[in-house]
Amino acid sequence: MLADRETFYDVMRRHGITRRSFLKFCTLTAAGLGLGPEFAAKIAHALETKPRTPVIWLHGLECTCCTESFIRSGNPLAGDVVLSMISLDYDDTLMAAAGHQAEELLEQTIEKYDGRYILACEGNPPLNEDGMYCIQGGRPYVEKLRHMADHCKAIIAWGSCASWGCVQAARPNPTRATPIHKVILDKPVVKVPGCPPIAEVMTGVITYMIAFDRLPELDRQGRPKMFYSQRLHDKCYRRPHFDAGQFVERFDDEGARKGYCLYKVGCKGPTTYNACSTLEWNGGLSWPVKSGHGCLGCAEDNFWDKGSFYSAVTNFGVMGGAEATADRIGGILAGAAAVGVAAHAAGSVVSHMRRGKAEEASHD
Amino acid sequence: MTRTVTANGFTLDDAGQRVVVDPICRIEGHLRIEVNVDETNTITNAVSTGNMWRGLEIILKGRDPRDAWAFTERICGVCTGVHALVSCRAVEDALGIDIPPNANSIRNLMMLAQYTQDHLVHFYHLHALDWVDVVSALNADPKATSELQQAISPWPKSSPGYFRDVQNRIKRFVESGQLGPFANAYWGSPAYKLPPEANLMAVTHYLEALDFQKEIVKIHTIFGGRNPHPNWLVGGMPCSINVNETGAVGAVNMAWLNQVSDIINNSITFVDQVYIPDLKAIASFYKDWTYGGGLSSKNVMAYGEFPAIANDYTNDSWMLPNGAILNGDLSTVYDVDPRDPGQIQEFVAHSWYEYPDPDAGLHPFDGVTEPRFELGPNAKGTKTNIEALDEGAKYSWLKAPRWQGNAMEVGPLARYLVAYARGQEDIKEQVDGLLAALELPVTALFSTLGRTAARGLECSWTAHKMRDVFDGMMANIKLGDVATANMQSWEPETWPADTKGVGIGEAPRGALGHWIHIKGGKLENYQAIVPTTWNASPRDPAGNIGAYEAALLGTPMADPAQPLEILRTIHSFDPCLACASHVISPDGQELASVKIR
Repeated sequence: MLADRETFYDVMRRHGITRRSFLKFCTLTAAGLGLGPEFAAKIAHALETKPRTPVIWLHGLECTCCTESFIRSGNPLAGDVVLSMISLDYDDTLMAAAGHQAEELLEQTIEKYDGRYILACEGNPPLNEDGMYCIQGGRPYVEKLRHMADHCKAIIAWGSCASWGCVQAARPNPTRATPIHKVILDKPVVKVPGCPPIAEVMTGVITYMIAFDRLPELDRQGRPKMFYSQRLHDKCYRRPHFDAGQFVERFDDEGARKGYCLYKVGCKGPTTYNACSTLEWNGGLSWPVKSGHGCLGCAEDNFWDKGSFYSAVTNFGVMGGAEATADRIGGILAGAAAVGVAAHAAGSVVSHMRRGKAEEASHD
Repeated sequence: MTRTVTANGFTLDDAGQRVVVDPICRIEGHLRIEVNVDETNTITNAVSTGNMWRGLEIILKGRDPRDAWAFTERICGVCTGVHALVSCRAVEDALGIDIPPNANSIRNLMMLAQYTQDHLVHFYHLHALDWVDVVSALNADPKATSELQQAISPWPKSSPGYFRDVQNRIKRFVESGQLGPFANAYWGSPAYKLPPEANLMAVTHYLEALDFQKEIVKIHTIFGGRNPHPNWLVGGMPCSINVNETGAVGAVNMAWLNQVSDIINNSITFVDQVYIPDLKAIASFYKDWTYGGGLSSKNVMAYGEFPAIANDYTNDSWMLPNGAILNGDLSTVYDVDPRDPGQIQEFVAHSWYEYPDPDAGLHPFDGVTEPRFELGPNAKGTKTNIEALDEGAKYSWLKAPRWQGNAMEVGPLARYLVAYARGQEDIKEQVDGLLAALELPVTALFSTLGRTAARGLECSWTAHKMRDVFDGMMANIKLGDVATANMQSWEPETWPADTKGVGIGEAPRGALGHWIHIKGGKLENYQAIVPTTWNASPRDPAGNIGAYEAALLGTPMADPAQPLEILRTIHSFDPCLACASHVISPDGQELASVKIR
């Protein structure tokens, strides 16, 4: 039927969008994903030949900041994503139906698109009390999650709740809130951490999956490399102040008014992998460091239990060969051995960059 | 039962057909509503159930109080920032910290921006589809829609061609067969009353508001670094101001202040030219839908918000006042004191928690909570497959907060009634103006639509108030004061060994309070009572029903299989369940748990 065949390009044309505008959109999308102009044609081809992919968006224990972030996306607009790029067949935060009319849509999607829809998970399931710390339709949320995961193509774990557990999983995790990849073991999970993730990272990831019909390349922890392979510190515009030993000692001191480095007041930029210092937030307007507060490290696993947000990542001296120190600290604090290796690699690449020998800090 | 009269004067009858709506969609979090309807399909009994619990307050135990704002901010990402702000106030209260005037202005600007964005998104994206029939918009005449738009507002996007384009977009979307978030809804129900042109206008603004809301929150991005979940600071705000010296590009400078000013102007324009005219137009077709008043004509409460004077959290300072009204007597407004152990108490007789004395009420400073999930003897189904709840027993993850033993409604309507009863001129003028325009009496406020109208009026009030606050801050900066943080009591060595504090305020959804106990530099106890816990509360031991439950009674349903009327009234409160259900647990003991397969 029509619903199975209509492509994204058809929808764009139906909306009165010219082929010229469509191709321009593809070029912008390619640029937005950090891809070269040659990819614009591939995106265009993909969008011309694929039906709108159904997306089921579930909510477990969470605060809905991921949904709120998603609708802040400027390029593309969230409205265009929802109405024209994907088919958002279930999302209890936005959908018009309720009760059994809403729940029927889940079964309809399984019937029509078995194995072909994307399952987008915001929040996580609690496992204590037979799962009844999060009830939906009189049943534990974890049942709904498993049922929908059984029939999906792939899972996007939106935000730090779905990716790591986040605030309700912070010590002592009273409900045993559990990230998606520890409950669903037999489907690919793309983690898009952050509390919340950046809007354009969210739309960028889902647009990539729709456009190329494949998962983005992931790092060892399951995060898309395109957005999570560099530390904030490496691309921070305040990095020169770090290198020069110019620090904010207390909030609102002279250094703060001059935009000095926030390392000493607790910035977690040296140990946080995310795109804030490059893409920035809300249309590239600012990001936490640019507005004077250190990074909380909200895209990192278990960031709530790593000490105060106002403790410097170490008491190590930061004058002199400071960047090497911070890089090494990054490696140690990242925890797991594999991550440590990656962080060390990143550190050495940065050193190369500093000597002008490398353009890009990629690492595996 | 079958037929009883509650302590707060509502008649309940559970004899008729039981209707269950779970999930209630277009809200934050997970909520279940059960009702009984009589042979005329009128609601005679209502049961409101909070479906989730996260235990955030136990997680806060032993943490650094300066970090608490970040944890509590994650109580809710929809009303983002409100818990962070109230948490900062609680810590500052406990530690005796005064914040600088600029910090107070910036906090007010961020809170006002939050209200403006939150109310706008609520109206168009969470509530409008209860009144607006998307499919009917396909039958609209774009030219007539244009005439309607131009008759009610100077908003420039009003040409026939513009509405034709939007209509074509909707038409093609519907024809694609992939209806996405609009699938399986209640289109065509006789409960929808708008003519096609009004539907098309409203759907068009649904799309415009979705694009515009992301601009309002850029005020958070400038001062707090991002939205959702901007950054705050105990002692003030983390964003330094520098308008005239070296390094200003690395701080809040003239370019950013100008951008804030522009966002304020654009917000005022959008709210006054799109939201308010739409609200009036839609309400004018539903004037005979007078249901949903519930507690609003009896008991309402507000803590107060937007301090005009830094560090003064009293009615000398609140731009929207503190107060409680009992039994609909607008001539007497009581002061609400969050520290008085006899005023605010929480009960758990019908909540999935356990108290040593099951019928006692506890002030939040003394609050204890032990989760105890169990279904009553009259529940249908099993523990993990509930078909119908037994409201005679425990039935919700929400506690039942009460003020002097009374169930209270909180939120925009409560705030407006308290301000109106206190004789606040700007609010009276707004309310009287709207009632005159719609030719409605004051009593029309006590309804689902009254709640929705108050939220709209408040959105306009907050948008305009941003201008006043911004101008005040600029005047202060002009005097040479650029301070944004007071760091004198930042170090834990300067703190008292044992101290308690209260932070109160008003979230967009209503009265919000955080109660903290700091001992030895760490959080000893943390309690929050939030708006949706008041409104969605279950019954208490005295038998008082909560605001949601009361508001649903007496409402006729066009078709009990289509819960449109229930959605209307519940949405008029703007539920936020992640906020509502996060009370404390004594420890993180392992309870029965499911296996990971």
